Amino acid sequence: MTTKSKILDFVQKYTMIIALVLVTLFFTWRTGGKILMPQNITNIISQNAYVFVLATGMLLCILTGGNIDLSVGSVVCFVGTVGAVLMHKDLNMWLAVVVMLLVGLAIGAWQAFWIAYVHVPPFITTLSGMMVFRGLSNVVLQGKTMSVTNEKFVQIFGGGANCYVKDVFGGSEINILCLVVGVLACVLYLFFTFRNRSTRSRAGLEVESLLKTLVKAVVIVAVVIFFTLRLAQYKGLPMALVWVAVVILIYTYITSKTTVGRYLYAIGGNETATKLSGIDTKKIYFFAYANMGLLAGLAGVLTIARLTSAQPTYGQNYEMDAIGSCFIGGASAYGGVGTVPGVIIGALLMGVINIGMSIMGVDANYQKVVKGLVLLAAVIFDVVSKKKNS
Amino acid sequence: MLEMRGITKVFPGVKALDDVNFVVKKGSIHALVGENGAGKSTLMNVLSGWYPYGSYSGDIVYEGEVCKFSNIKDSEGKGIVIIHQELALVPYMSIGENMFLGNEQGKKFAIDWDKTHAEATKYLKIVGLTESSKTLIKDIGVGKQQMVEIAKALAKHARLMILDEPTSSLNEEDSQALLDLLLEFKKQGMTSIIISHKINEVSYVADDITVLRDGKTIETLTRGVDDFSEDRIIRGMVGRELSDRFPKRQGVEIGDVALEVEHWNVNHPVYTEKKVIDDVSFHVRRGEVVGFSGLMGAGRTELAMSIFGRSYGTEISGSVKIHGKEVKLHSPRQAIDAGLAYVTEDRKGSGLILSNPISINTTLANLKGVSRRGVIDHDKELAVAEEYRKKLNTKTPSVQQNVGNLSGGNQQKVLLSKWMYADPDILILDEPTRGIDVGAKYEIYCIINELVAEGKSVIMISSELPEVLGMSDRIYVLNEGRIVGEFDRGEASQEKIMACILATDSDAKEKKQ
Repeated sequence: MTTKSKILDFVQKYTMIIALVLVTLFFTWRTGGKILMPQNITNIISQNAYVFVLATGMLLCILTGGNIDLSVGSVVCFVGTVGAVLMHKDLNMWLAVVVMLLVGLAIGAWQAFWIAYVHVPPFITTLSGMMVFRGLSNVVLQGKTMSVTNEKFVQIFGGGANCYVKDVFGGSEINILCLVVGVLACVLYLFFTFRNRSTRSRAGLEVESLLKTLVKAVVIVAVVIFFTLRLAQYKGLPMALVWVAVVILIYTYITSKTTVGRYLYAIGGNETATKLSGIDTKKIYFFAYANMGLLAGLAGVLTIARLTSAQPTYGQNYEMDAIGSCFIGGASAYGGVGTVPGVIIGALLMGVINIGMSIMGVDANYQKVVKGLVLLAAVIFDVVSKKKNS
Repeated sequence: MLEMRGITKVFPGVKALDDVNFVVKKGSIHALVGENGAGKSTLMNVLSGWYPYGSYSGDIVYEGEVCKFSNIKDSEGKGIVIIHQELALVPYMSIGENMFLGNEQGKKFAIDWDKTHAEATKYLKIVGLTESSKTLIKDIGVGKQQMVEIAKALAKHARLMILDEPTSSLNEEDSQALLDLLLEFKKQGMTSIIISHKINEVSYVADDITVLRDGKTIETLTRGVDDFSEDRIIRGMVGRELSDRFPKRQGVEIGDVALEVEHWNVNHPVYTEKKVIDDVSFHVRRGEVVGFSGLMGAGRTELAMSIFGRSYGTEISGSVKIHGKEVKLHSPRQAIDAGLAYVTEDRKGSGLILSNPISINTTLANLKGVSRRGVIDHDKELAVAEEYRKKLNTKTPSVQQNVGNLSGGNQQKVLLSKWMYADPDILILDEPTRGIDVGAKYEIYCIINELVAEGKSVIMISSELPEVLGMSDRIYVLNEGRIVGEFDRGEASQEKIMACILATDSDAKEKKQ
C-alpha cells in the first residue's frame, strides 16, 4: 500500500471520529474554549441521553435494510405520560418504571408484528404509531402538563439539580468516584484489548501491529481520562451517563458478539441469502422493532425525569435525531452496515454541534439548517465511498 | 440489410463474443441459435446499443451505413427494436400507456390520451388483439402481453425487430400465433431476428439460421440450400468435443437411496394457477452425482428450491424421503437440519453477503457451530473459515476479506464452504460453475468428487451439457416442469438429451392439434 492510499484508508475508516475532533476544535476556537468547560461536557451527555438510547435501538432497525422507526418520539411521549400518571397515583417508583418499559415493549411488539409477519412496510406501520401514540398521550393528559414529583425517580434517571452519582469517597473540590470509574474503565479496556491480542496471536490468528494497538490505546485512554476529569471537576458522573453506558455496553455486545446481532447484519447484507441459510428472518425483524419499543420506553423514562413532567408535546422529532445520528455515525441507508460505537459518535457529533451553536448564540432555525446539511453530507459520503469500492 | 462484422466483446475474464460475423437479409426472418451462454443475447445487446459503441470492437453496418449506437434510443431511431425475454411492461398501467411509455403522444407537458389510445388500438389490431387499449396489463395473459410488446415495437416504427426467446413463457397455442404473426409481417417487408432455444419453431419460421457457439459464429444455414432438420441444427449447436475436462472419480461406492422425491407438484408463486413442476419423481443415492439437464426455464431451480424448505412456489404437494424416512420441510432451517443443502445459482443475489468477509459468509448457515448460547466465538469462526479456505484452496489474502472483492470462482468456493460447513448429506448444486473460468471449474469438479467420496450425495443442476455428461452418474432431463428422460452415465449423449427435450416439445404440440 502506498502512503497515499494508507492515509485514504485511515480517513475512510475513522471519518466520523476525525469529523468529531475537527468540529470540537472548531467550537473550542469559536467559543473561546467554553464548550470544553466541565458543565458543558456534562450537558452534552445529559441533554442527549435520549438520543444515545434511541439511536442504539434505531440502529438495529436500520441494519435490517435501512428500515426506520418513525414512532419513537410519540412512544417516548406516551410512555412518559403513563409513567407520570402512575407516579401521580403514588405507585412505587420502580414498579412504575417496569410498567413504563413494558408499555414500550408492548408497543414495539405491536408494530413489530405487523412489520415482520404481515409485511406492512415499516415506514407505514411506524407512521401510524407516530400518530396513534401522540394522540393517545394527548387524550390521557387531556392536553395538559402533568408534573413528576417523585424526587427519587427524577434523581435516579438523570433529572433535577442533583442527578449525579454520589461520591462515596467524599471528595470536595473534585469528584473522586468519577476519577476512579474513569481509571477503572481504562484499565478494563487495556486488559481486554491485550488479553484478546495475546489469545489470538497464540491461536495463530492475524493481529494488528503492536504499534497500531498501542496508539489506539493511548488515544482512547487519554480521551477517557480527559472527560472523566472534566466531569469530576463539575458534579461527577451524571446518572444519565450511567444508563446510557449500560445501554451502549449491552447493545455493543449484542451486535458484535451474538448470533441475533449477526443475523441483523446478514439480513441487511442480503436478505435472500440469509433466508436460504435457514435463518428465520421474520423473527429478526420482530426482534429489531420490539426492541426499539423497549428502548423508546427507556428514553421515555429518562425524558420525564429530566423534564420532571409529562406533556403531550414531548418527544417531538426525537425519531429524527435518532435516525440522523445513525446515518451520521456510519450506518448504511441500505442496511447491513453500522456499529453501536459509530452511532454513538454520530449522536455525539450532533450533540456537540447543537451545544456549540447554542453557546455561540446561533439562531435555532439556522441550527436546524446546519444539522440537516451535516446529515446529507454524511449519507452522500456513505453512498459515494461505497460506489468507489464496488 | 444488416451486417455485423468481426464483433468482439470482452467482459472481465470472459470473451463473450469472438470475431462474430452476422448478416441479415432484408425482409427475412433470421434465427440465432446456440446453447446457453453462447453469446446470442450479448450479440443482440451490441446491436441495440445496450453496449455502446466503443465497448466492443467490430462494425455494425445497417442499410449500407456504419452505425455507432451509444444507447437504445439511437438504434430505435433507426428502426431497430429489441423485445427482451423478460417482458418490460408495467403491470398496473394500461396497454396504451405501456405501448407509448417513453414515447408519449401529444405535447411535452400535455399527454394526448385520445391520440395515445387511438394509436394503440390501431397497432393492437395489427397484432390481432381485440382488447381495449385501456385494459391493464396485469389483467391479460402472458401470450397477449407478448403481443403487446410486439405492438409496442411496431409503434416505434420498427423495421428490424429482434425477439429474444419470445415464446419461452408462452404455451403452444400462443407460440404458434406469434410465429404466424412473424410470417405475416415478413410478407409486408418486415425483417426479424429471433433468438430461440426451440429448434422446431426455428426450423418452422426461419429463412436463415446462424449458429453461435462459445461466442463464435459456427455456420449459417439457409432454407432451401442447407439441411434444415432439427438433428442438423442440434449438431451445429453442441458439436464440441468432450476432452479431459473432468477429473476421474475412482472407487466411490454408490449406496442406498439418500433422497427420494415422489409426485412433486409446485405452482407459480404469483400466477398461482400455473403449474411449474408437474408430478416429478426422482431419487439420489449415497455417493452418487445426479445431473439435472434442461433448458433455461425448464423448472430445475424451481424444483430444487421448492424441495429446500419450500423456498419457492405455492400449492406444493408430494413427498420427500430422506434415508427412507418421510420428512416435512417447511422452512430452509428444517431442510438444513434434515441434511439438505441448496447451493444457489445466483451467488451474488441469493447466496453470499458480498459486503461481509469470508468468515461471516462461511458460518452463516451453521452459526450454531461457532457459538454457545447465542454468543459467537469469533476466534473459532476465523479458524473454521481458515480451515475451509485451505480445504477448497480459495485464493484470498485473508478470510477477513470481503467476499465482494473476490473473483467469481473464489466466490463460488466460499459459497460451497458455507454449505459444506453446514454438513449436509445431500447437496443440491445449482449451476455450480456458472461464470467462472476453466481452472476454477476443474477445482469445483474435484470438490464434487471429494464430497461423494465422503458418502454424500450431489444433485447437480447445469445448463452446460458437457458438464452434466462429464460429471454425472445418472442424468434426469427436465422440460416444462416434467421429467422427460433419465439416462445412465453410459447411454447419455448431448444429441440424446437434446432430442429428448425436443420430442416432448413437439409431443405437446401434437396433442394440442
